[in-house]
Amino acid sequence: MKKFNLKKTTKVDFATYLGVIVTFIVLFVMQNGGMLSYSMSGMLVPICCFIVMAVSLNLTVGILGELSLGHAGFVSVGAFSGIIASQSLIGVIESASLRLAIALVAGAIFAAIAGVLVGIPVLRLRGDYLAIVTLAFGEIIKDLINCLLVGIDSKGLHVLFNAKGLLTVEDLHLEEGGRVIIKGAQGATGIQTISTFTAGFILIMITLVVVLNLTRSRSGRAIMALRDNRIAAESVGINVTKYKLMAFVTSAALAGAAGALYGLNFSAVISSTFNFNISIEILLMVVFGGLGNIWGSVIAAAVIRLLPELLREFNDYRMLFYAIILILVMIATNNPTFKNMLGKLIPKKKGAEIDG
Amino acid sequence: MDRFAHRRGKLVPLPSDALVPERDINSSPILEARHLGIEFGGLKAVDDFNLTIGRTEIAGLIGPNGAGKTTVFNLLTKVYQPTKGTVLIDGIDTHGMNTVQVSKIGVARTFQNIRLFSNLTVEENVKLGMHNQIKYGMFSGILRAPNYWKEEKRAHEKAMELLQIFDMENLANHKAGSLPYGAQRRLEIVRALGTNPGLLLLDEPAAGMNPSETAELMENILKIRDTFKIAIMLIEHDMNLVMGICEGICVLNFGKVIAKGSPEDIQSNPVVIEAYLGKKKEG
Ligand SMILES: Nc1ncnc2c1ncn2[C@@H]1O[C@H](COP(=O)(O)OP(=O)(O)O)[C@@H](O)[C@H]1O
Ligand SMILES: [Mg+2]
Repeated sequence: MKKFNLKKTTKVDFATYLGVIVTFIVLFVMQNGGMLSYSMSGMLVPICCFIVMAVSLNLTVGILGELSLGHAGFVSVGAFSGIIASQSLIGVIESASLRLAIALVAGAIFAAIAGVLVGIPVLRLRGDYLAIVTLAFGEIIKDLINCLLVGIDSKGLHVLFNAKGLLTVEDLHLEEGGRVIIKGAQGATGIQTISTFTAGFILIMITLVVVLNLTRSRSGRAIMALRDNRIAAESVGINVTKYKLMAFVTSAALAGAAGALYGLNFSAVISSTFNFNISIEILLMVVFGGLGNIWGSVIAAAVIRLLPELLREFNDYRMLFYAIILILVMIATNNPTFKNMLGKLIPKKKGAEIDG
Repeated sequence: MDRFAHRRGKLVPLPSDALVPERDINSSPILEARHLGIEFGGLKAVDDFNLTIGRTEIAGLIGPNGAGKTTVFNLLTKVYQPTKGTVLIDGIDTHGMNTVQVSKIGVARTFQNIRLFSNLTVEENVKLGMHNQIKYGMFSGILRAPNYWKEEKRAHEKAMELLQIFDMENLANHKAGSLPYGAQRRLEIVRALGTNPGLLLLDEPAAGMNPSETAELMENILKIRDTFKIAIMLIEHDMNLVMGICEGICVLNFGKVIAKGSPEDIQSNPVVIEAYLGKKKEG
């Protein structure tokens, strides 16, 4: 009888996709018509990346309900594996878009592997161990990549792990015409910047489809059930570790793809680009957008990335304004009185009340 | 309470001496607990607990507060691992199993302090009960493959059918946490039924309900047993409910079984009256 009455969640998802598509078209047209400033144009790809990072972190924090403080670690794994994949395929695969696609997949796969390695031991435990372990993971990944020497020549990939700091690029023994991809603490240099705004848009859409469809499916329901009540979830036969790992690894994989896109947007990337502050910034986006609220994360990521830019006029004071605005938003979104006021502004639907 | 007398089976002994309703005598019992026990730091919360439940029996577990009733449920569902004894479910030894495995062999439960997935809708709660009956994986879900649509449609229909037992289909899209107390208790039962259990454990299902809600609940418990042909074991303080619909009753006091039998036996048992019913009247 109510067959054509779409569910509220379906409507919200639809609006989210539509909003992203329309925004992309508008910005794309503006960019091609030269209507965007140089700095604005340069921010498009990074913003796309941060939207994907925030949405993917929301899967762990908002939907699974586990705190992760090292999301930048997965981004970093994705960035450097994406860079290695793309850089070593120069000359092998002509099409830059195909190389970019392969790099994103490689980034996602390696970040997913990292997710499994971190997740398996930690997610089996009961209690809030994930926060501390992901925090450590983010720091360790940074140091590991600082020790990495990677180069390529006609014989293939050369990888050295420079744990003692005694090795140099010379030790890779590259042939004539070989290229160094990662130079330890100096990071990756000479990157062909193949990331595009369109690729960023496509990655956002894929991320939204994965996360939104997952939450509306059997597996996603199980993940949210763990968040709401683990004991009840077990009592109906839901395997706790399996679904925690599923959410966590999916979240890591998406962050990895975002990392690859981010890495291939710059000609040089160092490992400390993806530091603890970035993890916190992504977490901030999730909290502002609302835990479990996907479109909220999309908007929050864009706004938080744009704020410093929009406040540039205030020059020296802009970080101050930035902080004040963030604090005000935080107070506003978490204040019950304020929420009540907002609630009263939106008229309640009839029949929403339940008779006891 | 006599209203229900004709719907209660007469208890007869199995070869093992355990009492089950007459109609269950020819099928193996759904639950056999033998010498079950658990200690919490020296306190024997449950000690030498023996119970057999017939395949379509409605059994009651009663006793004063702190007697160990909820602990028995937690032992049967492996929330706690027993320190002593065995539990056979449908003839299967549950030794070494965990909660998830016990759920898969057909034990479902509700909780004394309601445990719903309160941020999810009523329908999602029921579908979570049906989790292991819905057959499609993560990738089919993300890609919305044909089996996603097929299975979700089937799950939706089944969920509505189960909600109908308590006349709750119209609440399907409400958040579980927003329901009134009584409806939350009923939803927990529906969710448990979603697991397609052979044994349904209800921990104080009438707690917080008014007399008319309780009367309705009694009818519905009988209806559930008759429709699904399953065994139901319930913990309850409402003696009208227990004496009205339970066929076999087990009385627990300080972790020990002090009496077992039909409602008539229990009501006239002086040990029970002293330990439980008598006290209750004073309080
Ligand atoms: N996890 C636990 N740790 C320690 N003691 C417990 C635990 N669970 C239950 N108990 C104790 O076991 C006894 C029985 O509790 P319970 O089974 O909840 O009683 P009731 O019959 O009221 O449901 C109580 O004394 C309680 O304090
Ligand atoms: Mg209890």
